[in-house]
Amino acid sequence: MTMSINIAINGQKLTVPEGTTILEAAKQIGIEIPTLCHLKDTNEIGVCRVCVVEVKGARNLVPSCITKVTEGMEITTNSPKARKAREMVMNLILATHPKDCLTCDRNGDCELRTLADKMGIRKIDFGAPVKDLPLDDSNPSIIRDSSKCILCRRCVSVCNEVQKVSAIGLINRGIGTTVGTAFDRGLADSPCVFCGQCVSVCPTGALTERFNLREVWQALNDPDKHVVIQTAPAIRVSLGEELGEEPGTIVTGKMVGALRKVGFDKVFDTDFTADLTIMEEGHEFLQRLTEKGKLPLITSCSPGWVKYVETFYPEFLDNVSSCKSPQQMFGAIIKTYYAEKYKIDPAKIYTVSAMPCTAKKFEANRPEMNSSGYRDVDAVLTTRELGLLIKEAGVDWASVEDSQFDQPFGEGTGAGIIFGSSGGVMEAALRTLSEVVTGKELKNLDFKGVRGLEGIKEAEVTLNGQTLRVAVANGLANAKKVLDGLKNKELDYHFVEIMACPGGCIGGGGQPRPSTPDTKQKRMEATYRADKGLPRRKSHENPAVQEIYKEFLKKPLGEKSHHLLHTSYTPRNK
Amino acid sequence: MENCCCGESKLSGILARYQGQDGALIKALQDAQGLYGYLPEEVLARIADYFDHPYSQVYGVATFYAQFRLKPRGENLIRVCTGTVCHIMGGPQVLAKISEELNISLGETTEDNKFTLGSAVCFGACSQAPVIMVNDDIYGRVTPERIAAILARYCTGV
Repeated sequence: MTMSINIAINGQKLTVPEGTTILEAAKQIGIEIPTLCHLKDTNEIGVCRVCVVEVKGARNLVPSCITKVTEGMEITTNSPKARKAREMVMNLILATHPKDCLTCDRNGDCELRTLADKMGIRKIDFGAPVKDLPLDDSNPSIIRDSSKCILCRRCVSVCNEVQKVSAIGLINRGIGTTVGTAFDRGLADSPCVFCGQCVSVCPTGALTERFNLREVWQALNDPDKHVVIQTAPAIRVSLGEELGEEPGTIVTGKMVGALRKVGFDKVFDTDFTADLTIMEEGHEFLQRLTEKGKLPLITSCSPGWVKYVETFYPEFLDNVSSCKSPQQMFGAIIKTYYAEKYKIDPAKIYTVSAMPCTAKKFEANRPEMNSSGYRDVDAVLTTRELGLLIKEAGVDWASVEDSQFDQPFGEGTGAGIIFGSSGGVMEAALRTLSEVVTGKELKNLDFKGVRGLEGIKEAEVTLNGQTLRVAVANGLANAKKVLDGLKNKELDYHFVEIMACPGGCIGGGGQPRPSTPDTKQKRMEATYRADKGLPRRKSHENPAVQEIYKEFLKKPLGEKSHHLLHTSYTPRNK
Repeated sequence: MENCCCGESKLSGILARYQGQDGALIKALQDAQGLYGYLPEEVLARIADYFDHPYSQVYGVATFYAQFRLKPRGENLIRVCTGTVCHIMGGPQVLAKISEELNISLGETTEDNKFTLGSAVCFGACSQAPVIMVNDDIYGRVTPERIAAILARYCTGV
């Protein structure tokens, strides 16, 4: 049984459960203590000292984010001593921090700047030289500007604990401490999988995606270019946050309307290729199952996960589905089938994709992603960049009217939409597999066992008398657990879905900040609401999918599919 | 690891000593440095792999502790005191002069591998400040003018 602890904060008495931190207890009675390094459940190390408070009888000020309450504790959050210490900490951080806030990538949503404002800091007391460290722009996904790093270590915790990638760590010591890779090389020469979870939690402009807006504007302004955009399932439930909507608002129609105003020639739905992925991957699974191929089959939609398995578990590469991700399938289809069908020179087509992901930028740049004869995808924008694109274009979001995706790739099913949440690919695959295998209509489409934010989910499904064991993992630490279990033969599955980011794409590294468990939950609920609201909820019922097989691909896993929609993987050094 | 063929089996021996031991990383790094004189990149990678520690973290440990070197050390190690008293008594000027004379910065080694320039915080000889040490020899009340002569002592036999 949990004990109740009686404490007083700023003279106000309250009772909280044992194990509560001072920070949490204060929050309960409406007292907000400033924090900077703190990241619930992930980075609870009390290293920045911005949250210090005074505790009666304690020799020193204590960090409220990691100090648990004890019986009779008397806490003062705003004593002159505590405030002075906090201001000193902020002053020391700000003294060496670059002052280019006006042009910083985090202009508008910098946590450091917001905190300085909230604490009423109007003058920096120290004249220390501003940090001037080299920029890491070695890769297509993430830019690291160590000069803007305040050493809060959130990125290190996320990379080490949540993702178990450990591409970055603290190097050197004292005043020379920085966050970096082994031998302080660029991320391109590290095991980084470009998931962008570090970018998602960075409080300053030290970690950002590589912006591709300039290239997109250039294409939009080029009259010779036919510019198409595809939007991922997970961004319709998150883009709104960039434009002032509440988390979990579904903005599909408005997003399409806004993108049309921005000037795209066509606005397509990645749900279409999500459905196509289910057709290909579903049949790949059946083939492996019936022909005693390598099992479990593991999904391949998440490019962060793909790089992870290539780097850390190359022995599992034969288990990974050969299907390209929906983004890459889309690019290949646009520059072949679509170009032929609408008689457009594929050399003049520019494909943009809007993704919740930073690893998608890396994926689009993989050298083998050119099966159409061109780069399958020319530019990838994160959800954050897409919000910025709409703002830069001067589109007044509030007055944008709903619009429909363009044909022939405007048709997506509910199965495609739920790709955005962890468990969605599995559920979509099960909906289709059930009907393909049994030949009977599936009555209950909701496979609730694979839904939710839980890190590892398992389910059993019986198809024609055969029981299939499936598992879903999100976050790479959970993926690691599943892979280790499979390796030691402690686990045994037929089909496994893995997404690099916690929660799946709704928690992707390119999603609006902050991406808290609460916002993720709301985005996730929104994907299932969107699914429920659609007339078609099974991938194989997508008429556009049926049409492309009839007109172009002929059959799943056929020759054209093999060439355009499937890929291979490369073992990589750690 | 091709470049350190003779050290390879010895490194394996060192690692084997710590097999299955928790918290043996620093001991292993110390032993490896004893073997090679510094910690070559491939040795760090090997140690990371052996202990199943992330490479970035092993690098972090190696750069955190002043005792570890990632570059080979020269024949002679110069250590300039950067403690408070030496600082006040002109240590920085001495350091600048050595740096100029050898054409290397703090932490670097000359191209001919003769000298490595390092620093230390206090040798406990503050009355002699500013102090430098070259190998085991201590020099007190050093001035920039004396540097050339001090260094020359270690260049004999070239």
